[in-house]
Amino acid sequence: MRFQSLGQYGLVLFALVYLAGVYFVSSPVWMGFTINALIVALAALSWNITGGFGGLSSFGHAALYGTGAYASAILQVKYGFNAWIGFGAGIAAGAAMGALIGGLAFRYGLKGSYFALVTLAFAEVLRICASSFEWTGGGSGLQLKLMPGIAQLQIVDRPWVYTGLLVVVAVVMLLTALIQKSRFGAYLIAIRENEDAAEALGINTYQIKVQAMAISGAFGGLAGVLYLQLWLFIDSTVVYGSAVSVEALIGPIIGGAGTVWGPLLGTLGLHLLGEGTKHLLPNSPGLNFVLYAVVLICALRFLPQGLVGFAARIGVLRKKDQDDA
Amino acid sequence: MLEVRHLSKTFGGLKAVSDVSLDVQEGSIIGLLGPNGAGKTTCFTMIAGFTKADSGQVRFAGREITGLSPHKICRLGMIRTFQIVQPFAGLTVQENIAVGAYLHHHQRKEAMAVARDIGKRLGLGGLLDRPAASLTIAGRKRLELARALATGAKLLLLDEVMAGLIPSEINEIVDIIRQIQSDGHTILLIEHVMQAVMKLAETAYVLNQGRLIAHGTPQQLVSDPSVVEAYLGHGAAARLQEGQHA
Repeated sequence: MRFQSLGQYGLVLFALVYLAGVYFVSSPVWMGFTINALIVALAALSWNITGGFGGLSSFGHAALYGTGAYASAILQVKYGFNAWIGFGAGIAAGAAMGALIGGLAFRYGLKGSYFALVTLAFAEVLRICASSFEWTGGGSGLQLKLMPGIAQLQIVDRPWVYTGLLVVVAVVMLLTALIQKSRFGAYLIAIRENEDAAEALGINTYQIKVQAMAISGAFGGLAGVLYLQLWLFIDSTVVYGSAVSVEALIGPIIGGAGTVWGPLLGTLGLHLLGEGTKHLLPNSPGLNFVLYAVVLICALRFLPQGLVGFAARIGVLRKKDQDDA
Repeated sequence: MLEVRHLSKTFGGLKAVSDVSLDVQEGSIIGLLGPNGAGKTTCFTMIAGFTKADSGQVRFAGREITGLSPHKICRLGMIRTFQIVQPFAGLTVQENIAVGAYLHHHQRKEAMAVARDIGKRLGLGGLLDRPAASLTIAGRKRLELARALATGAKLLLLDEVMAGLIPSEINEIVDIIRQIQSDGHTILLIEHVMQAVMKLAETAYVLNQGRLIAHGTPQQLVSDPSVVEAYLGHGAAARLQEGQHA
């Protein structure tokens, strides 16, 4: 991945300095807050595959996130499986849910706001189901047994949790960069830009879109599983609630949809802003969501390409004479 | 190479295409003419698999392809371009062409190299790094052609690649199409610009109100009274004749 401008280098450098700086702040609040932001960033990276590269704007990524979390939790709580098996199963379940939603929605040619509505409906139906059946813990949710240690993927030491999450986020971003530069990625972007033309050029658009949903589902499931292992508790509102879906899409849109760094930068930026308002106005809980709305509106108006797109215009570097720049 | 038999399509009460049969021989350039609304583009969308025909068959390279989806037909070696050009606006010219090239070149490096070669051949060499959205109409029409060629298709269905161009641009694209033909491609072209069809096509079919009304060399067609009437209205041929004699 190569940056086109000094602005982008600056933006990424800022994020890296912040992420590294968290290790040196003595207050545990910062690290706890950043850990949460990184899990949301994973959900954002998941949304970015379909919404960013494929132009398939989902409004229900909670369906993928929650399915990953529930699959792992059910295996561990109800059947006594090891957390690592739950980890793998959660990713697989997220991918399967993505393929199922995509397979059905794209089978009937749903696009744009219709696709967004159907994904929202899936997430809501799953949320209601999860809160209704005993198998999924019903209204009281599922609680993992406390078994600290790497064998059960329950890490107590915060700096290690943080480091582990940084590695996972880096791996997912690397996979995103590989997808972006691959044939599959080019096809996905072609579908976003013009689906009819893509189909005419020999692209099986249905297959590519369903595959994208499956990959997105795997990333989303991963985020859900990690949330579970961090808090050891989930219920239907926490993992299937629409707040998850909103957080998954708002980060990439503000950071830059269809870019490798956008979802992380957008999520970090938003969470910093939200956290800042909490400290400035401690007596108004929920005000950070109002702020998100204001930021989103401003971003759509002034930064249609997100932070990454905006930074691309600052200090543009001369393009080297290469085929593949 | 392409055999179309008794193709028909009805939209509501309108017979858009009825009982159209045509043949395209390998290596030739064949024209498909007709006034606005004659059903030319509908024919193309059915041949290329974008809409289902109500009845009739399409055979390509000895294979029945009726009802196949467009991406499968493209894999077999037949591709259509769009009358209203459809670039991937957010991508560069080279990336646009590479999307076509990826069909048979799975590695990014190869696909980008093929894209650059084809772009250069079609006179887009200096524009490869520009966003496709910045191209002029003439540039977009070339891009449409370049992308189609990059898929390695043998038969190109070109839908009005000259519409909206000025005469000098038309001459350039006529040369490009000749070049494409001499590289071994077969071309079926929908065209309004008669001057271009006269220069390019060996034979042409004329559609009017969904029916084939004539088939022959361009020279035969322009002197065919039914063709003249299709374009200029009932009785026009007779009036022209009178005009010549008077």
